[in-house]
Amino acid sequence: MGETGNMPLRTLFEKVWDSHVVAAPEGQSALLYIDLHLVHEVTSPQAFDGLRANGRRLRQPLRTVATVDHNIPTTPRGLPITDPIAAKQIEALQKNCREFGVPLFDMDSAEQGIVHIIGPELGITLPAMTIVCGDSHTSTHGAFGSLAFGIGTSEVEHVLATQCLPQKKPKTMQIQVSGKLAEGVTAKDLALGIIGRIGTDGATGYVIEYAGDAVRGLSMEARMTLCNMSIEAGARAGLIAPDETTFAYVSGRRFAPKGKDWEDSVTYWRTLASDPGAQFDRVIEIDAASLAPFVTWGTNPGMVVAVNARVPELKSFAQEADRRAAEQALAYMGLSPGTPIEAIAVDRVFIGSCTNSRIEDLRAAARVAKGQHVNPKVRAMVVPGSQAIKRAAEQEGLHRIFLDAGFEWRESGCSMCLGMNPDILQPGERCASTSNRNFEGRQGRGGRTHLVSPMMAAAAAIAGHFTDIRNWRFN
Amino acid sequence: MKPFRKHTGVVVPLDKVNVDTDQIIPKQFLKRIERTGFGEFLFHDWRFAGDRKEYKKKTGDFVLDAPRYAKASILVAGKNFGCGSSREHAVWALADYGFRVVIASSFADIFANNSLKNGLLTVRLNEEQVAEIMRRSEEIENYQLTVDLETLRVEDGRGFVATFAMDEFSRHCLLDGLDDIGLTLQHEADIVAYEAKHPVRAEMKAILTLE
Repeated sequence: MGETGNMPLRTLFEKVWDSHVVAAPEGQSALLYIDLHLVHEVTSPQAFDGLRANGRRLRQPLRTVATVDHNIPTTPRGLPITDPIAAKQIEALQKNCREFGVPLFDMDSAEQGIVHIIGPELGITLPAMTIVCGDSHTSTHGAFGSLAFGIGTSEVEHVLATQCLPQKKPKTMQIQVSGKLAEGVTAKDLALGIIGRIGTDGATGYVIEYAGDAVRGLSMEARMTLCNMSIEAGARAGLIAPDETTFAYVSGRRFAPKGKDWEDSVTYWRTLASDPGAQFDRVIEIDAASLAPFVTWGTNPGMVVAVNARVPELKSFAQEADRRAAEQALAYMGLSPGTPIEAIAVDRVFIGSCTNSRIEDLRAAARVAKGQHVNPKVRAMVVPGSQAIKRAAEQEGLHRIFLDAGFEWRESGCSMCLGMNPDILQPGERCASTSNRNFEGRQGRGGRTHLVSPMMAAAAAIAGHFTDIRNWRFN
Repeated sequence: MKPFRKHTGVVVPLDKVNVDTDQIIPKQFLKRIERTGFGEFLFHDWRFAGDRKEYKKKTGDFVLDAPRYAKASILVAGKNFGCGSSREHAVWALADYGFRVVIASSFADIFANNSLKNGLLTVRLNEEQVAEIMRRSEEIENYQLTVDLETLRVEDGRGFVATFAMDEFSRHCLLDGLDDIGLTLQHEADIVAYEAKHPVRAEMKAILTLE
């Protein structure tokens, strides 16, 4: 940390951290106050059981917000849930929310959606907050300049009971992205480019701050995509300093501050940016011009190349462990070294997930799909991130474009990002997916996932194979 | 929480890097609403051919199923173990299966945190030490290690000795099996004071009358 006079220079992260320290007991982790706790059906039932077993209550119902997203079907809402175990988990959340007084955006709510989509959409997520959820993609909310990170179920119980978490202070990493993203290169490609460069553990132990002209130029939705993928580089959180883009997005949202509260909030939020000269433990510089539309070829998000490149040769890996991992990944993926990425045919396309299911993502995909037809060998689905996004898209007629082109247009949820609901790949099926993880079996046992941007996914659906969106002929 | 002081057990080598929590416990087993019973699904898709454990077991090609490692309670694996999803079910599955210790050169942050809450010790050694343990556990039948949290030492009684680091507070919590919610609640006065200065925003009150 640098200093001028008596005022220490602080990063955005340090400012948010410092303002949430409840206690810093000698020889222990700092106790952080949690402004917002998001809850979903999969990682919460055991936490509520823990409260019951110890006779504890929910400390702050107004700082706790629940929804169902992970295992709900994306078929029309009136249909019953066919998986009895999933139904039981959803019922458990409903019952727990009633018993402990947690506000719940349930299956039939007009505001239901993926937990990381609805927080920002409703103005529940704001700058300068601490936000946690039993879900690693909580990093999404860092786009607002909040410290947002995923936690396990024991920590969920801890926050329910105390609204606090003991935390070891992470190290800080700044990722400076200079220049401007080229046409066809999106925040998703920036995220994949970063992970490809630093690896899936490149930021373990760090909190990332994304900065530089290319990041400043991103919309809020694109910033959410970028921060969402921080965890795939190992960082629990990724933040972007709030600016006019942030304020314009938040202003007027349902639960956002109003009137004088709004003015005061914005005044405060303007002070959050890292002080010039504040020190980071590690700085990484990236030139936006070096990025391309990316496609993953392996079984983690760091196994990625540009769409106009080839599946890497095994001899290109310096470390023996990495070479072996690549060999195993290629065997799982059914790919040979040297294959051009554009020669890889796909069976399925998934446009959705907390990474890429916001309205701008759907607009970008629809622009590609307009007046085209999904390849007859491909089954493609579009899953909006929330009911509000679904309504907005339908108002704009995006659903018409997708349906006319042969895409399925479904109800909101996590869907095939992790395949906890019936939306899964069959063994051996290959999928172009806008989600965040290409781990073995992630989208269905034996399924083969390639991570791409929404435009690249839509283009793959139509072409039947990966194709460079920079050469696309838009209608 | 189950305290951890010292443990001696058979070591099983999982010679893979970046083992993610989707592999440790696949998503089809996350719908259980209990904390128990996940052990039988540990590394399920690598171990079993079918969707349910009754289905045919894969023909012994996964290291955990080799008879010589049947009693293993210490897992040694490649770097970045436990990356990906925050699912604590991964730790519950490892612990329920019988593991007390995982040794690797690095762990994903959320996984390491979750382990701490469940008395599963994550030991970070350097890559050479991890490779040496892997080699010995492959070559020596019934290879055992003793992991001592009080002295922060790992040794096999055959000449391999390593020390590891752990922050003092985490070590203290593990040694005594402390309930960390209880520890936080000792700061009740601090929490109340913080909440008095940072009340819930007025707009959020409407959320209770939403639906």
